[in-house]
Amino acid sequence: MSASSKPKVALYWCASCGGCEETVVDLAEDILGLVEMVDIVLWPVAMDFKYKEIQAMADQSITATLLNGAIRSTEQEEMAHLLRRKSQVLIAYGSCAVSGGIPGLANQFSLEQILKFNYEQAPTLVNEARTRPQLRFREDGREVSLPALHQVVRSLDQVVEVDYYVPGCPPTPKLTKAALGALLEGKLPPKGSVLAPDVALCDECPRKQTRPADLSFSQFKRPHQLLADPELCFLAQGVVCLGPATRSGCGSQCAAGNMPCTGCFGPTSRVRDQGLKILSALCANIASKEESEINRVLEGVPDPIGTFYRYGLAKSLLRRKVDLPAADEKLEHGTPPSGGSSRRNVDSPAALGPEAGV
Amino acid sequence: MHNDPMNAIPSPTSTPAPWRPRIVAFFCNWCTYTAADLAGVSRLKYASNVRVIRLMCSGRVDPQFIVEALAKGADGVLIGGCHPGDCHYVEGNYKMLRRFQMLKRALKEMGIEPERARLEWISAAEGEKVKRVVNELVEQVLKLGPLNLPQRAADWDKELAELEEKIKAGEAEPAVA
Repeated sequence: MSASSKPKVALYWCASCGGCEETVVDLAEDILGLVEMVDIVLWPVAMDFKYKEIQAMADQSITATLLNGAIRSTEQEEMAHLLRRKSQVLIAYGSCAVSGGIPGLANQFSLEQILKFNYEQAPTLVNEARTRPQLRFREDGREVSLPALHQVVRSLDQVVEVDYYVPGCPPTPKLTKAALGALLEGKLPPKGSVLAPDVALCDECPRKQTRPADLSFSQFKRPHQLLADPELCFLAQGVVCLGPATRSGCGSQCAAGNMPCTGCFGPTSRVRDQGLKILSALCANIASKEESEINRVLEGVPDPIGTFYRYGLAKSLLRRKVDLPAADEKLEHGTPPSGGSSRRNVDSPAALGPEAGV
Repeated sequence: MHNDPMNAIPSPTSTPAPWRPRIVAFFCNWCTYTAADLAGVSRLKYASNVRVIRLMCSGRVDPQFIVEALAKGADGVLIGGCHPGDCHYVEGNYKMLRRFQMLKRALKEMGIEPERARLEWISAAEGEKVKRVVNELVEQVLKLGPLNLPQRAADWDKELAELEEKIKAGEAEPAVA
């Protein structure tokens, strides 16, 4: 990379699906303007860079890093620390980095439960030997290794200090452009801000006018259980919609597609725990006053954690199912054949396998 | 002291102090708080493990209050409101009842025994009921043992300590490969 005076930007992904990367691509032709204005120094999904090049950079020499994905593995943890150190501004980009996102739902299970299911019990699996990935593997005198998985899925700010948050699953191109624009013009709001409007989604919802003054639920319906009216407020139709407890800024895309809000933008600044807030808002408005009937209506939400905390469990008040172990007694991925005691390989040149960092 | 951990006072010589359940109670201004007042005026004795927070209505109890209390170290939570039909604000207690039913499910799924949270209707005249309910909940929580969520969260985060220490010591370039 030739030396230039353009601001340097890094885009990195951790425990994520790639959807956030899609949003960057969805900037469409605007991305040409972006690459004119900045030097992209790291973007593993699209371009070839080596971690070593980042390591060699001076501290704070990256103007901004947009990091998406939750922090689940030791590699992600290490990259979060590295990019924090090399960047002036670190932006948690997308629901997973902001609040754990969908990967955060794994905080309902222990690591052993997850590995057991995925490598031994999943119905689609063929793995009679019950092989699990090994942290270290030696062949022909070469040792290769994999990053270890943590017990707990974390948001980025539970691992390193974060300067700004861009929420969404994924964030919209519009928000992304606004965030990058503010960054390049030096017009960023106070540190710690969420770069999205601080009002509930209902405020910008095209169905706002049809929301009844007095909500009253006699049944909760899931989207597949009805043909939803495309103009009527979802709550008026008995559909669980997280709009009242979710930050706006997405352009109400789900409502426009006749699907209720599932809460990916997280709460507004006045709410600490989005899941509990929507639980409160919805359940308080059940019509019945009888306990048995109330419970019948509540059965319409078969998975309260998955429904109310779809994107925010890792950052919720409880963070994780509280009776899960902090650590397992044995090594999760199988015992390393060499009997190596360290689960982390920062000092090992082969930490990422032979392809990495060459 | 050993026989009655509810009222055990930590003595300066014995460390660590024995665990005593901590209960956070949210009482509505018009019924249950007045009942707790009555219990006091009537010199009824009940377990001293409870910290009462007065709200205008049980309908004001945000589930965030309950879970935050637990997350910050409470072992149990008690919510007291007016009897059905008696709410000063018509329906506040019903709103709480509906939330509470779902909250108990959510707590269970998150690994917290729902028995740690209790919702009771206690009228201004029922000082005796405050005493009974508080004592029962303390008994219940004693049976369940400490919840100790702050310590559990600290234990979870021990897996981050290794790398942080390495970085602090400047031993390792904090990056892979």
